[in-house]
Amino acid sequence: MLLVVPLLLFVGVTFLAPLGMMLLRSVHDPVVADALPETLGVLAEWDGEGLPPEAAYETIARELTRAREERTLGQVAGRVNRVESGMRSLFTRTARGLPEVTERPWREVMVELDEAWGQPAVWNAVRATGQRFTARHYLNAVDMQRLPDGSVARQPEERRIYLSLMWRTLWVSGAITVLCLLLGYPIAHLIAHSPPRRANLLLLLVLVPFWTSLLVRTTAWIVLLQTQGVLNDILVAIGLIGDDGRLTMIYNMTGTIVAMTHVLLPFMVLPLYSVMRAIPPRYMDAAASLGATPTQAFRRVYWPQTLPGVGAGSLLVFILAIGYYITPALVGGSSGQLISNMVAYHMQTSLNWGLAGALGGIMLAGVFVLYVLYDRLVGIERLSLS
Amino acid sequence: MSILNSTGGTRQVPVPVGRYAYLTFCALVFLFLVAPILVIVPLSFNAEPYFTFTEGMLRFDAEAYSLRWYREIVENEEWRRSLVNSLTIGISATVLATVLGTLAALGLANAHMPARRLVTGLLISPMVTPVIIAAAGMFFFYSSIGLGQTHLGLILAHTALGIPFVVITVTATLAGFDNNLTRAAASLGAGPVRTFRKVQLPLIAPGVLSGGLFAFATSFDEVVVVLFMAGVEQRTIPRQMWAGIREQISPAILAVATFLIGFAVLLLFAVEWLRRRNGSAPSRR
Repeated sequence: MLLVVPLLLFVGVTFLAPLGMMLLRSVHDPVVADALPETLGVLAEWDGEGLPPEAAYETIARELTRAREERTLGQVAGRVNRVESGMRSLFTRTARGLPEVTERPWREVMVELDEAWGQPAVWNAVRATGQRFTARHYLNAVDMQRLPDGSVARQPEERRIYLSLMWRTLWVSGAITVLCLLLGYPIAHLIAHSPPRRANLLLLLVLVPFWTSLLVRTTAWIVLLQTQGVLNDILVAIGLIGDDGRLTMIYNMTGTIVAMTHVLLPFMVLPLYSVMRAIPPRYMDAAASLGATPTQAFRRVYWPQTLPGVGAGSLLVFILAIGYYITPALVGGSSGQLISNMVAYHMQTSLNWGLAGALGGIMLAGVFVLYVLYDRLVGIERLSLS
Repeated sequence: MSILNSTGGTRQVPVPVGRYAYLTFCALVFLFLVAPILVIVPLSFNAEPYFTFTEGMLRFDAEAYSLRWYREIVENEEWRRSLVNSLTIGISATVLATVLGTLAALGLANAHMPARRLVTGLLISPMVTPVIIAAAGMFFFYSSIGLGQTHLGLILAHTALGIPFVVITVTATLAGFDNNLTRAAASLGAGPVRTFRKVQLPLIAPGVLSGGLFAFATSFDEVVVVLFMAGVEQRTIPRQMWAGIREQISPAILAVATFLIGFAVLLLFAVEWLRRRNGSAPSRR
């Protein structure tokens, strides 16, 4: 059993450590705390109302200047900006405009530079981002925020995006699971109860798409569904729609659902097939000979025996659908995006890595629950591969 | 599989209408499954830069077909480099995943293995973790240890993603392995290494190979981790296709797609052949 050790170490370093690092980032952000330590020390004494003492102005002036010299100012300003908009420009402008020495109180100098320094909101934002460990990203990921007085409240309406996106991801994944079941159940049944030669041939029709590159399949759907695509051409050619009435079937939610159903269908068919294959046809004959109509026989004898396959296939499709990124990104347009696409957006475009980590953490928790459920119901070692 | 089995397990009572409806529905689902893939192949021979059938193509006019997109990808430096990258990364990751995964599966098969369920769960976790999360984590981690934008970083990442497939297939093969054989070898004086090489490995080889093929297919088709971690120098075929779909859409990607479809069919037949040789139909249980 020592044979397991090398792989466990390998997976630990190459896979689990990266996940851990991402989760750490979602709660740990030392940038502001490292850059403005003394200011934060002074602010710790401040009650959050009115303006902080003169010492706060003096230290932040010094620390902003130093951050500018050490070229960390952009990062610091960006962090604070996420809590209170307008902070980025305020910080850079202030750091540039601060004089070397001053006779007057620093507060006066800074308020003169920018009136914003006379507002408690700025200082609250600095204090909020100064915490090394923070639940801010998680709050943000569920459309909540921490108010200056420390209480937690919902984001203003126009800034609530993530909960509805998570909700959308769940229902789209659910819809895809149901679609896969509706399409997959009959063909799994047909394959399972065909003579071996034909069964092998039909199985091939499921396995070829299964093995074909995801990008190829997604490309295929673009070719088929786009406005100047094959399907629209056919519909126009047979006169079902006019040339000006071409349907928009891609770069929206329809595109995402159709393409993802296609990609995930084999994951439903294969577990169903392996369960159905084990059901002796004699059972159905017996039901029929006892006077059951085909519907009754199906409902009371066949269907209950396929439930393990239905459960395994549905859970697998649902788990995979929740984390899907490629297909929605390529064929989803703006309305067909799922939560993964938001993680990618914060990783690559907005560079709000803490928030990306928090969204990822929430997804990971959800998938973990489903994974454990799958393990209980089906057993992970039986994860179907072909 | 029973030979006595008639074609319609559930619908023996003669209701042809229902049966025809059922067969038509199944035919449509099969069409849904394969049509998108089949459409790609002829379109890759389009002489025009369109993603749809031209009138000439429909008339089977030889002029309307050409190999220009194939020529384009063969002559294109970027596509050639991406093929080399895909093969280098894929093969290295496969070898690593197969060796480590097979060892681990042997360990897991040991009756005295502690915490087997937990360990199996951990080893298989890369397969069920949404790739985007893995990719995000790997991006931070590998850049922080200086492996961002390197081939080695991608190889390690793809190995992690491929390992579950090896562990699962080899574990399934070992489930049908008769342990008396290793005992017999030991009683005849063979050491553990020799027993493994001469007795166990030949018997589980089909499972090991098909696990390796799964790992290779995973790496060869992986794009999310590559998107996050690769620089221009490490672009693989899927990454290049991604750029082709997103940025400069050209029928050249249909030519690549056709090549990939052929490759997929090849892999599929290889795995099916191995499964048959293995007899016990490991992962279909």
